[in-house]
Amino acid sequence: MSQVSMTVNGKVRKATVDPRVLLVYFLRDQLRLTGTHIGCDTSQCGACTVMIDGRSAKSCTIFAVQADGSEITTIEGLATNGQLHPLQQGFWEEHGLQCGFCTPGMIMAAVTLLKDNPSPSEREIREGITGNFCRCTGYQHIVNAIQHAATKR
Amino acid sequence: MAVSPVLPKLVGERVKRREDPRLIQGRATYVDDIALVGMQYIAFKRSDVAHARIRSVDTRAAEAMDGVEAVFTGAQVAEFLAPMPIGTPFPSPEHRAVAVDTVRFSGEPVAVVVARDRFVARDAVDAIVVSYDPLPAVVDVELAMTGKPTVIHPAFPNNLAVPLVPAGTGVSADGKVDDSAIDEAFARADLVISQRMVNQRLAPTAMEPRGVVAHYEPGKGTMTIWSSTQNPHILRTFIAALTGLGENQVRAIAPEVGGGFGAKINIYGEEYVAAAVSKRLGIPVKWTEDRSEAFVATTHGRDILGYVDLAAKRDGTVVGLKLRLIADIGAYNMLLTAAIPTLTTMMANATYNIPAIRATVTEVFTNKTPTDAYRGAGRPEATYFVERAMDMLARELKMDPAELRRKNFIQPSQFPFATQTGAVYDSGDYEKALDRALKNAQWDRLKAERDKARAEGRLVGLGLSMYVEVCGLGPSAALPTGGWEHSQVTIERDGRISATTGASPHGQGNETTFAQMLADQFGVPFEHITILHGDTGVVKQGIGTFGSRSQAVGGTALHMAGSKVKAKMAKFAAALLEAHEDDVVFENGTISVKGSPASGKPFASVAAYAYRPVPLPEGLEPGLSDEAFFEPSNNTYPFGCHISMVEIDRKTGEPTLLKLVAVDDAGNLINPLIVEGQIHGGLAQGIGQAMIEEVVYNEDGQLVTGSFMDYAIPRAIDFPRFELDATVTPTPVNPLGAKGVGEAGTLGATPSVVSATVDALSGFGVKHIDMMLRPEKLWRIIQGGQS
Amino acid sequence: MIPAAFEYSRAASLDDALAKLRATNGAGKFIAGGHSLVPLMKLRLSEPKVLIDIARIPGLSGIRKQGDRIEIGAGTVHHEVATSALLRQACPIVSEAAAGIGDPQVRNRGTLGGSLAHADPAADYPAVMLALDADISLKAPNGVRTVKASDFFRGLFTVDLAADEIIVSVQFNPVKSAAYAKLYQRASHFAIVGVAAALGVSDGVIRSARIGLTGASSHATRLAEVEQALTGKPASKQTIEAAARVAGAKLEPVNSDIHASEEYRRAMIPVFTERALTRALERAS
Ligand SMILES: Cc1cc2nc3c(=O)[nH]c(=O)nc-3n(C[C@H](O)[C@H](O)[C@H](O)COP(=O)(O)OP(=O)(O)OC[C@H]3O[C@@H](n4cnc5c(N)ncnc54)[C@H](O)[C@@H]3O)c2cc1C
Ligand code: FES
Ligand code: FES
Repeated sequence: MSQVSMTVNGKVRKATVDPRVLLVYFLRDQLRLTGTHIGCDTSQCGACTVMIDGRSAKSCTIFAVQADGSEITTIEGLATNGQLHPLQQGFWEEHGLQCGFCTPGMIMAAVTLLKDNPSPSEREIREGITGNFCRCTGYQHIVNAIQHAATKR
Repeated sequence: MAVSPVLPKLVGERVKRREDPRLIQGRATYVDDIALVGMQYIAFKRSDVAHARIRSVDTRAAEAMDGVEAVFTGAQVAEFLAPMPIGTPFPSPEHRAVAVDTVRFSGEPVAVVVARDRFVARDAVDAIVVSYDPLPAVVDVELAMTGKPTVIHPAFPNNLAVPLVPAGTGVSADGKVDDSAIDEAFARADLVISQRMVNQRLAPTAMEPRGVVAHYEPGKGTMTIWSSTQNPHILRTFIAALTGLGENQVRAIAPEVGGGFGAKINIYGEEYVAAAVSKRLGIPVKWTEDRSEAFVATTHGRDILGYVDLAAKRDGTVVGLKLRLIADIGAYNMLLTAAIPTLTTMMANATYNIPAIRATVTEVFTNKTPTDAYRGAGRPEATYFVERAMDMLARELKMDPAELRRKNFIQPSQFPFATQTGAVYDSGDYEKALDRALKNAQWDRLKAERDKARAEGRLVGLGLSMYVEVCGLGPSAALPTGGWEHSQVTIERDGRISATTGASPHGQGNETTFAQMLADQFGVPFEHITILHGDTGVVKQGIGTFGSRSQAVGGTALHMAGSKVKAKMAKFAAALLEAHEDDVVFENGTISVKGSPASGKPFASVAAYAYRPVPLPEGLEPGLSDEAFFEPSNNTYPFGCHISMVEIDRKTGEPTLLKLVAVDDAGNLINPLIVEGQIHGGLAQGIGQAMIEEVVYNEDGQLVTGSFMDYAIPRAIDFPRFELDATVTPTPVNPLGAKGVGEAGTLGATPSVVSATVDALSGFGVKHIDMMLRPEKLWRIIQGGQS
Repeated sequence: MIPAAFEYSRAASLDDALAKLRATNGAGKFIAGGHSLVPLMKLRLSEPKVLIDIARIPGLSGIRKQGDRIEIGAGTVHHEVATSALLRQACPIVSEAAAGIGDPQVRNRGTLGGSLAHADPAADYPAVMLALDADISLKAPNGVRTVKASDFFRGLFTVDLAADEIIVSVQFNPVKSAAYAKLYQRASHFAIVGVAAALGVSDGVIRSARIGLTGASSHATRLAEVEQALTGKPASKQTIEAAARVAGAKLEPVNSDIHASEEYRRAMIPVFTERALTRALERAS
């Protein structure tokens, strides 16, 4: 068992974890932040994407102990003061989701995408979400949603 | 009285989804998000061989582990769980949720662990030792039909699950077959296109893997089961039957469901086991599927081999079609497995006047994961076989593929149109959809562009496909579960509206579209309406969401229930307004006498009156709640035209989709924004089938494409921007005129992309290419050719 | 999705890392970005008893100019390599290869050192390091040594890295006229074949050429026959076409799987060699 302490959505969280607990299980099972999802076991689908120290990361491919001392943002921590993040707003306005399972990870990936490139081309958006699979939307409305957020900021 | 705002009409508008706020903030509850006090975790030990007798299952080490509650072998499970039922009338071999003495596909469960947490459960699975006596495995469907090298179920000689079902011209209801018409058609043909085509096996791959939480409460004798399912009511029926409970003792809940695509219709062994184990141990249990498990344990789709013969005159008139289908259904029959390929024969008539059709299907067991519905379920296969053959015919006759289709269309005046294969198409105007697609794609310009690119040495091709689908399933005769849908609409005391629907959405947005409908129907704000679904404790009856039925059938039930309540509410309003009930109008949150809006009473005050009816109008009961079951008289038959442009890299064989133009006719649309989303998603899966998706087994029956490392599902960069449009041909089958749209994209896109690829490579003498369009396959064609 | 149990500790320095590794008596492994190791552990294809986290060792990451040479710390993540202004300007092949690794999230965590140590037969960096004739610096408890990339990759997941060593950095002379071309496997996005080409060009003549190949065989290798066919020849399209034609002809054995048979892979080596060389030559001018 290891002690960890990390800031999750602005709150310091201390806990005792088995080292083999992936960050995604720590968030979901221990902190009950179930907005972060698990869609595969080969680190490809991106459903588990969160921000670690300001950049997108697959929380299924990092142990909670590795994140000790880090700052984590999950989908639950994206809105500020009840105000949706522009990407959340964009996904809503542009129908960027259907079943919603990929959506939290997709949005977190897009946060980093727009941070690196505030006005991406359509091609750059599509490349920026290669680490996130969506089986429902065919991606077109997701692209629109990210464009919406890019122009509204 | 304050002037009420004018409420806009919402049906037909691009209304933002009300499901989204919870989903975009991580506040939705999927099955794996559920935690109950005292809940333990289930994990399955699965076979790593495709076909073997189980010699022994040693669970001692697992049982001894700290935190392990119980371990059950297949034989032990069989003591408290009956074999799994199926939902079709076909004969079926015994199928145990956990294998007892023989495993028949790699991934079949052989033992179950129940443990304190998912970590211990997984460790215990590793500690179980199974020894097998291997049997030969069969993976090639045509080999399996010879009974060699193995017969998987002794009662099914030559592995024939369904020996032969004929359909089409000359086949009578009692199965008698008269070949004269089809023989005559082929005799008078000038030419016959013959091609063997593979509609390959696919993995449905909803992004949320399956999961189940079962909670049997011994004190009450009731079971609550949460499952990632498309149809909680069907789940309830089957769980009750297999756990020996009454349906009134089982509550099935589909919480937020992360996609289904047909694969979450089936009631799975894991669901039965979770329920049975919870009942046996008296504790809540949870099982969550890993993606690696999903690839072997969730049903696959398609996998139909077709021998297609299309007979025509030189002028392009099609005179006959023979379709001999062989379906590789894997190791067992699941809920609807056996019925899916019969939808292919049913839709063999496509959009054309074909005077004689003979379609047969044979279903065969192999040592693979069982198949069942996958988005489109039988219809994409039919579309693919017929449309590819039409394309080959056009090429043979040097006709424009669009003109060949035009020449053979069923005409608008012919509807309702009884097909050769037993369907009655409700309405259609195929030429209109074709023309719109040609116009949007700028077909002639596109052809010129293609020719110019070719002159520059690029390998560019165009493909076109029509489709007609059977949706809005369907009359009860067509479905073992019944084909109706149910809804209850309640006006609450405060004038808010609660409505239930038995259609159980998992991404389709029914909470929004159904609220749009009721808002218009009652003239109340959209925000005042709540749509409840997915919980048999709340939704009294239902069938579920599949076969693009939720709008056409579920939406109609909702509309009918709404109409009943509205009629009653009109009577209460009439009493208050001292008017005749036929003269009251519902609009802008008030109910008033026609022509004098100032007379109106607030909607809420009429509701309040109905719940404290003093005086009670004569002949009325208090309250405002009513329900409806809608039994459709027929299926609906949406249609459309998909055009694509593909370029092949001459050096590597890599195909790139340059353009996709779709025109879809799903009748009246409640919310075009949501409809577009449905079509995009279908297109992505249809293109995925053509270009990058294929389940592959090796000859030992091991799944080679067992993860996303080897099974590709499309990513954003795989697509251009899709160009959509719609024509509107309402259906007479339901009062909404809506046909259903959930599967459309998987029908037209697939043959259109394959035909475009064949076109691009036509210079190399190729006439047909089987999916998926692997770069290597295309490269070989380029290497072997001379262009 | 549930790895076998293990113990974890975090290294404060290189020496600390080496000491901690030694203390495990062979049961331990370093973890850097974890993007090769954790996927294997989740499927229980790897079950180390101890993990020593080297991701936060000060100074292990970073891209530095050292006189004429460039040094990249082993702990540098792919994203930093892909976006480094220094590399993009002076040696764009490295950024180009890094930008094509996996996806953005993978690039935010995966490291150069992890990629080299893991030596996946389809990894991108090894080919680039071969083309740049990079030196790989390794530290052991008893000292530091440097291995040439061409000596480092030895076989399937096998490199010249002793059980008690850690990769510290790579150094190379930046080459502007160098490029990486990759045929993507459609599911995993790893390379079916990847070719890194670095050219030394002056006065219209190719003075030197180094070609690294990945994806085609058990480990990344140089394509000596192509290098020879280029050296001393005019820097022209014709030279490249002729040289690329022989690429991989002598390679044995060549990988084969459902995505690409041996025959197809073999045929793709010249194609991607030509593409890499063409782009490298463009960058020369
Ligand atoms: C979805 C996905 C897609 C990917 N796609 C690609 C791709 O297209 N191309 C590609 O090249 N790679 C790809 N990768 C692999 C990725 O680049 C890995 O990040 C990289 O190979 C390993 O780096 P790491 O820091 O994550 O190593 P780790 O996983 O931490 O370690 C890998 C191995 O190296 C050892 N190790 C790590 N650092 C050192 C060191 N400094 N000294 C000695 N030993 C060390 C570890 O002990 C371990 O054995 C992909 C990975 C994923 C998950
Ligand atoms: S769950 Fe993390 S990438 Fe799929
Ligand atoms: S919305 Fe369902 S997977 Fe993306």
